Amino acid sequence: MSKNTVSDRFRKVDVDEYDENKFVDEEDGGENQLGPDEAEVDSLIRSYPFRNLMGALQAVLKNPPINAKNQNVKDRAEGLVLKVLSSFKASDIEKAVQSLDKTGVDLLMKYIYKGFEKPSDNSSAILLQWHEKALSAGGVGSIVRVLTARKTV
Amino acid sequence: MSYHSFLLEPISCHAWNKDRTQIAMCPNNHEVHIYKKEGSNWNKIHVLKEHNGQVTGIDWAPESNRIVTCGTDRNAYVWTLKGDAWKPTLVILRINRAARCVKWSPKENKFAVGSGSRLISVCYFEQDNDWWVCKHIKKPIRSTILCLDWHPNNVLLAAGSCDFKCRIFSAYIKEVEEKPAPTAWGSKMPFGEVMFESTGTAGWVHGVCFSDSGNRVAWASHDILPFKSDPAQTFLTSETLPLLCVTFITENSLVAAGHDCYPVLFVYDSNKAALSFGGKLDVPKQSAQKGMTARERFQNLDKKATTDSKEAVLESLHKNSISQISILNGGKARCAKFCTTGMDGGMAIWDVKTLESAMKDLKIV
Repeated sequence: MSKNTVSDRFRKVDVDEYDENKFVDEEDGGENQLGPDEAEVDSLIRSYPFRNLMGALQAVLKNPPINAKNQNVKDRAEGLVLKVLSSFKASDIEKAVQSLDKTGVDLLMKYIYKGFEKPSDNSSAILLQWHEKALSAGGVGSIVRVLTARKTV
Repeated sequence: MSYHSFLLEPISCHAWNKDRTQIAMCPNNHEVHIYKKEGSNWNKIHVLKEHNGQVTGIDWAPESNRIVTCGTDRNAYVWTLKGDAWKPTLVILRINRAARCVKWSPKENKFAVGSGSRLISVCYFEQDNDWWVCKHIKKPIRSTILCLDWHPNNVLLAAGSCDFKCRIFSAYIKEVEEKPAPTAWGSKMPFGEVMFESTGTAGWVHGVCFSDSGNRVAWASHDILPFKSDPAQTFLTSETLPLLCVTFITENSLVAAGHDCYPVLFVYDSNKAALSFGGKLDVPKQSAQKGMTARERFQNLDKKATTDSKEAVLESLHKNSISQISILNGGKARCAKFCTTGMDGGMAIWDVKTLESAMKDLKIV
């Protein structure tokens, strides 16, 4: 028909980018957060397999890459956390969760839900066990905080 | 504790008159129903039909006996009682989205409306032209205003919004009042000035409340319950479902309620500057635990895959989320009774004294 219906590039325009009322999150500096220290966590897991798993859990929950712009940092942190969580024996999970404070339990919940997003092999079963224990410690409120958090781990 | 079920639809909002004999509420439609308590029954005496959209906020001014309502039709009406009927006056709010909440100021010479157009309309009556005029507070609000509360000095206004912040604005209108005295929140208060902006919450702010003295403010966010008493700011992470409304019952105690269907008490300790969970305020269930027969156990296992004898019925007084709390007697300083309405269409009146005696380790400071 007429010539100006040939191009459909207008369909690829993201209209929301040009909305002047668009809500933009405030950016906090995320450059300093590198995620938990890999070497430290590995050594704690390997050296004293029973006693220092608690220490490994505390170490891996340090320095969460909450604001980091680099996706790799976040993926690496998630992988590390999953490694530590899977090396716990089922009976020790409850004690480990008790040793965390409120912010620790919230952070653990965030990692658990992050882990649910990308299931692999046996990870979901382990994460579900951790989820049950973390829920009894943090209550439904900790899940609400995971869902409402704009800065995800 | 008394519970009255008005209807099956949720009660969107409610307001009491001065002597607490009449309640105005919106049964989730375009109308406002006014019920009067006669004996032990509630009789509907008036139906106010003027809005074209759901009525989202009602406030009844105790001294001047005027009702202000606002709705999703972007309008607000001020109703005055003429003889036996309520006559509406339209207020032009100049908003292009729904109005969400409305509150009379303590002196009842102005009211504030929070709306989805990311601004607060502060309206006052202009004698010369005989109509209500409004001024807007726009900056720095970036999303819908969900809740409002006035400071006792008639000038400061706390607003909770969907941009995750609670702010205190100055709503000083020089046409209707003189300059306010300095407060704990600041001394220079031109119209629209932000006296305080919260940080740290990551959820919508559903409810906000000033204490009786106005020096403290608490707000219920979707994730936590923060509390600010100059200069300290503290918060309490809730372990329950989000709270939707909060009010002070004394200077140090708060009652909040939300999706968990029961009100909860929180106590603030000013020595430790910390907020703590005081107790769950609800009717203790007197049900006897009857033993389960083997047949019932098997049936439970078969039908519901559970071995518990607990029924799937809520044990609280309200059967659905509580959306609004209002103080009936005693003001925010020494509240004796408060009222909650919710999405189950019911209204419950709670007596603080009976609650204190019923729950043994409950302490209302």
